[in-house]
Amino acid sequence: MGWIMTTWDSLPLILQLGIKIGFIVGPLIVAVAYYTLAERKVIAYMHVRVGPNRVGPRGLLQPIADVLKLMFKEMIIPSKSDKYLFLIAPVLAVTPAFAAWAVIPFSGTLVLADIDAGLLYVLALTSMSVYGVIIAGWASNSKYAFLGALRSAAQIVAYEIAMGFALVGVLMVAGSLNLNTIIQAQSGGLHQWFFLPLFPLFLVYLISGVAETNRAPFDVAEGESEIVAGFHVDYSGMGFAAFFLAEYANMLMISALTVILFLGGWNSPFDFPPFSWLPGVFWFLAKLSVVAFLFLWFRATFPRYRYDQIMRLGWKVFIPVTLIWIAVIGAFKFFTPFGFIFS
Amino acid sequence: MNGPMTEIRNYTMNFGPQHPAAHGVLRVIMEMDGEVIERLDPHIGLLHRATEKLAESKPYNHSIGYMDRLDYVSMMCNEHAYVLAIESLLGVVPPIRAQYIRVMFDEITRIRNHLMWLGAHALDIGAMAVFLYAFREREDLMDCYEAVSGARMHATYYRPGGVYRDLPDKMPLYQRNDREGDKGLAARNEDRSGSLLDFIEVFTERFPACVDEYETLLTDNRIWKQRTVDIGIVTPEQALQLGFTGPMLRGSGVEWDLRKKQPYEVYDRMSFDIPVGVTGDTYDRYLVRMEEMRQSNRIVCQCVDWLRSNPGSVMLDDYKLSPPPREEMKEDMESLIHHFKLFTEGYSVPPGQVYSAIEAPKGEFGIFLVSDGANKPYRVKIRAPGFPHLAALDEMSRGHMLTDMVAIIGTQDVVFGEIDR
Repeated sequence: MGWIMTTWDSLPLILQLGIKIGFIVGPLIVAVAYYTLAERKVIAYMHVRVGPNRVGPRGLLQPIADVLKLMFKEMIIPSKSDKYLFLIAPVLAVTPAFAAWAVIPFSGTLVLADIDAGLLYVLALTSMSVYGVIIAGWASNSKYAFLGALRSAAQIVAYEIAMGFALVGVLMVAGSLNLNTIIQAQSGGLHQWFFLPLFPLFLVYLISGVAETNRAPFDVAEGESEIVAGFHVDYSGMGFAAFFLAEYANMLMISALTVILFLGGWNSPFDFPPFSWLPGVFWFLAKLSVVAFLFLWFRATFPRYRYDQIMRLGWKVFIPVTLIWIAVIGAFKFFTPFGFIFS
Repeated sequence: MNGPMTEIRNYTMNFGPQHPAAHGVLRVIMEMDGEVIERLDPHIGLLHRATEKLAESKPYNHSIGYMDRLDYVSMMCNEHAYVLAIESLLGVVPPIRAQYIRVMFDEITRIRNHLMWLGAHALDIGAMAVFLYAFREREDLMDCYEAVSGARMHATYYRPGGVYRDLPDKMPLYQRNDREGDKGLAARNEDRSGSLLDFIEVFTERFPACVDEYETLLTDNRIWKQRTVDIGIVTPEQALQLGFTGPMLRGSGVEWDLRKKQPYEVYDRMSFDIPVGVTGDTYDRYLVRMEEMRQSNRIVCQCVDWLRSNPGSVMLDDYKLSPPPREEMKEDMESLIHHFKLFTEGYSVPPGQVYSAIEAPKGEFGIFLVSDGANKPYRVKIRAPGFPHLAALDEMSRGHMLTDMVAIIGTQDVVFGEIDR
């Protein structure tokens, strides 16, 4: 055991970081691949279908077949597009989706960068992904893609604000921007998790998360039946795969954040054995899977909103709700003796 | 540019014919102000197959199959109008049992059509589950078609003078597959052990619960209501002026149904209600069609009861009009001649003209037939309900958003087989 630690310490820092990043990004890509399979299977069973079952046992190799297919497809660049922007857009979409995972604490110690401004970092990176969408829609030089990009821009601006305010509520309660500190503030069992005192913010955050990732019922930027595939209608091959990867990585990201901010992160739901024997990583991934399952469930069930109705929901419902709840938290904490509810 | 500001202008956008919501081959050129539709222009003709001309170049009984291919989601209703037109020119009335069978299959077809409409409409608005749930039931109705005619879609089951054959005593059975094994096979074939009437009866018993299931996903769903309420409003006056029929007209509150107003076959013996809408929006038309499925189910029930207790002939016993039985044909010279003449030359129809219309699932489907006394029609004009509906797409979508236009195409239930003919 000792020799592993000594070799590790003797490695240059850049290599150490590279290995750590590999250990996050590698499983993440596999998780995304199998999340797509899970989506197809879950939705299929909700739809009285079977889903993919041809590639490998019970269709388990389907994501690999998909990846191979997309890699060997020609990437068509429309002749009237802006080639530079057209190629950079998928990169802009996928990079922040992966980079945001740097600050996610998988357990009390398993975190790549335990920085104090973790929440701000996440917020900054998740908002970056909209640039990929807008640039893709703009560079394609197609009306369908352009409409998709415009819708996406407006939608993400609206829901980013609601999400931001929901996070402010968490900040006020936890008193820190560091994700690990936020999780530690929720230790002690189910009743300590923030979704109870911050229930309206929890709902707003979860729904805004669905909107932020352009998923059904807020998938107007893709709008299958109206603008075909929206902003990525002109992408094929790996360009398309990159958007796909970014979308699913973002969904997992939002699920992870929901778990961290409102569902106690890696804390076990009950602070006594046998629950407390299980490692934090297990609880984190279990909760993440539950939230990620919700995304699939929404998609299987709901009709799609119209673009202006999404705006109305964002600006007229979610933002006021979050603002009011923030005021309520503040007022309780500073002017009443009941501040302990929110701590 | 005249001023310091950039000139703002509308842009045109092409929609279809290769589009997931184009319902086949609809092409629309839209003039858009942002996301709002200023006006639009539906282009038709991409599925034109000259059905009318084809029917004019063939003996009467050769064209029944073309009628199936008009509105290819409500096949037997199209046949019905054509067969009725020939029958009224010939002045024959099919046996009563054949009339009951026709009414039963008209209503089965209506349910089939509405299931297809519901699935496509919901899918256009983004609710994927309803589409597949609707197809689950639609599959059983296709099996009814298969059992009675051998074809799951293009049946050619109605013939002048009756129907091709009586209802079968056996249902086609599923074969074993490895995934489901013997248990799955037994479950799939459970309802199919008896006759076709048994199968239909079981279907009518469970179908209302299925409609309830679709409704739980849509009727009170806030998103569904936001997407359909007050979208594509048509006032009763407008609906009449635009030539609407069927659920499109009834959704606007006009109680007009050929099954009640001009009963054909045995509809006057059936008890059923005509649902009508109030505001004439997409949501009302949705509710009307959902209720029509329940009412059709009622009619099918009544037909099953009658058909069980009243056996009899299903075809006129006139060999000038209907083929003789095959056994007879093998031994009897005259029967063989009848058969040969019937399927080559057909029969001559007395000169005259007739318009026969039925209440097809989409509205009034009519056939105008002119005979000059020959064995081929002189003129066939098909009145497809979808045509005036699609023509009103512009009027219904103006001022709505692009997304609403998709919902309006869905609520119109257009099928290009009948519009382009």
